[in-house]
Amino acid sequence: MELTGADIVVKTLIEQECEVVFGYPGGQIIDVYDSLYKYRKELKHILTAHEQGAAHAADGYARATGKPGVVIATSGPGATNLVTGIATAHLDSVPLVAITGNVMTSQISTDSFQEVDITGVTLPITKHNYFVERVEDLAETIREAFRLAVSGRPGPVLVDIPKDVQTAVCEFVPGQKEEAEEKFPAKDIRIEQAVRTIEKSVRPYIYFGGGVLAAEAQEELLALAEKTDGVLGCSLMGLSAIPTGHPRFLGMQGMHGHYAAGKALSEADCIIALGVRFNDRVTGDREKFVENKKVVHIDIDGSELAKNIETTHGLRGDIKLTLQKLLPLLKEKKHPKWQQRIRVLRQEEEGYTDKRKGMTPRNIICKLNDFLEPDMPVATDVGQHQMWAAQNLVFTKSRKFISSGGLGTMGFGMGAAIGSQLAVKEHAVLLTGDGSFGMNLNELATAVSNKIPLVILIFDNGVLGMVRQMQTLFYEKHYSETVLARQTDFVRVAQAFGAEGVRAETVEELEKALQLAFDCKGPFVIDCIIDKDEFVFPMMPQYGTVDEVPAAPEKK
Amino acid sequence: MKRYTVAVLVRNQYGVLNRVTSMFRRRRFNISALTVSETESAEFSRITVIFDGDDDNKEQLINQLYKLPDVCSIGEMHRDESVSCELMLIKMANEPATRKDILTAAEAFDAKTVDYAKESIMFQLTGDSRHIDDFVNLMRDYTILEICRTGSISLEKGSSTIRKVTNF
Repeated sequence: MELTGADIVVKTLIEQECEVVFGYPGGQIIDVYDSLYKYRKELKHILTAHEQGAAHAADGYARATGKPGVVIATSGPGATNLVTGIATAHLDSVPLVAITGNVMTSQISTDSFQEVDITGVTLPITKHNYFVERVEDLAETIREAFRLAVSGRPGPVLVDIPKDVQTAVCEFVPGQKEEAEEKFPAKDIRIEQAVRTIEKSVRPYIYFGGGVLAAEAQEELLALAEKTDGVLGCSLMGLSAIPTGHPRFLGMQGMHGHYAAGKALSEADCIIALGVRFNDRVTGDREKFVENKKVVHIDIDGSELAKNIETTHGLRGDIKLTLQKLLPLLKEKKHPKWQQRIRVLRQEEEGYTDKRKGMTPRNIICKLNDFLEPDMPVATDVGQHQMWAAQNLVFTKSRKFISSGGLGTMGFGMGAAIGSQLAVKEHAVLLTGDGSFGMNLNELATAVSNKIPLVILIFDNGVLGMVRQMQTLFYEKHYSETVLARQTDFVRVAQAFGAEGVRAETVEELEKALQLAFDCKGPFVIDCIIDKDEFVFPMMPQYGTVDEVPAAPEKK
Repeated sequence: MKRYTVAVLVRNQYGVLNRVTSMFRRRRFNISALTVSETESAEFSRITVIFDGDDDNKEQLINQLYKLPDVCSIGEMHRDESVSCELMLIKMANEPATRKDILTAAEAFDAKTVDYAKESIMFQLTGDSRHIDDFVNLMRDYTILEICRTGSISLEKGSSTIRKVTNF
């Protein structure tokens, strides 16, 4: 069957079982949009307000499903507007396929209108990218992009297609959905060495991250915790992999992690690290972090082993397959002393818990927890609200916490929430701050026109709270450019976009608002007014240690 | 710090050198020489990387290289088990007072005189990098006008190759 390049793009997306794409048209991608029109019954396209929103939406879709998200943009500014979205996906290992148009091949390199070297620009923030010069290579390139995006450690791939390649015609041979490359467990000898180390441990701590979600190794993870009689803690990216209420789960660790998780980690004699990269936000001072500890690190990406810390055993392999081989070799252990210590730490943490009444960040999220159904994804933006969310949200199912961890992208949430809603077809929730929301609130338009049931809670304190908190603690309260002093009325903003909006200044108002919001079939904004001096605690100083953590808010 | 030689077989595609060097830059590897050339197959190019670091750096460099889809195979070239050489052109000032010393040194190093002009002499020298370093150090006593070195290339001794048959 002879098809144009543009038709081949769309046909290949359909063949790859893509159900929805996000994007924005333009002059050099117009042919692909013409094909999207032709095949509109087979492939849904969501038009966003800005290409960045489209990239985050594709990312949110991918995080919620594990399938590659797809974003389409035109050349030049369309392509560069994707950059933050692609980098966000890259840092969090999210499978994403970005398709960009470019000027015709004869015009490439002449600085023509809306021409940009997007393969050059995105080189360091993609797993790989392609500039397709021949229509004959197009279908195979897109298939390879899909395969690469989900193989090994997932990540974003970009395919740049000049306009004349979109209009050229060639024979199209339909293909199959691309599967991830075959997974492999770590080498037997490494597994045996790791088992010997783990068995010697009397205070085992399992530190897991997003890699467990990517490998779908939740079951094996819990089995490992049982067999070692260990405790579990995770990075931000690991959240929602296991139910928040699991008796062995201490929560998130790191700079703003749970007290018990941080303490237990520092007292452990063996860390079993699964699908993590020992980011500085988790470890603080890396040398002190591994002092007097054995570290067994399992990751599909060999370059993560020993990248950030010295490990006792680095096991390169798929986490699920590796644990399946490791678990039968492991003797079942009991560590009553360790479990006793954990109970003490949990009690201490309970003592530090913020029990104030009123519109505290914790009370807002706890109230939201009452409304959350297991299948509802919760997206966040970046800042204080994100940490409050990570500390207090209760999850029962995987892939429900949609948050920019590695890059920490303010403005991520709106697009991501829309993408995750379209993936799960349940109400989605966005927790955001007035700073973050201000960055990409234009996507309210997208949520309205597509009738996305989206509950948006703005933690509105009139300041850029996370930076302000650091300025309070470390910069002598020099509030340099963190006081917003804006006159934005988010309720009226919501209404102007065609969404609904209410303000909540008390917990009672919040509860009423949440009831309305979860009954609403479209986006619903709740402007939650909170105090500008609410802090995120605990807080480990940057590059510090867990012993320096102020666990509870001091008197302000 | 040790010096390592790593040979990398890459898909012979537009921009592949950029992908490899871009990774070196953003991961801050300390590369002292790099060559890229055609190979026995039109499908592949061969990049030879000389870099300074420790064993962990080397592991990291190899692991990062393997993450690039264009990289097909990688081999470390150990000093005793491989043959390495590079080519240098060096242009010296041709002055009556030093001419004889320079020519004597060149002869001792088996350097070939490839250009002889009124005011300059150019030598071509091949050999392992240390041999070339030694000659350059000797020439520093005189007036060096210009140097151009290719960077080292290496092949393993014996019949083994870095290209894995399974890759075909």
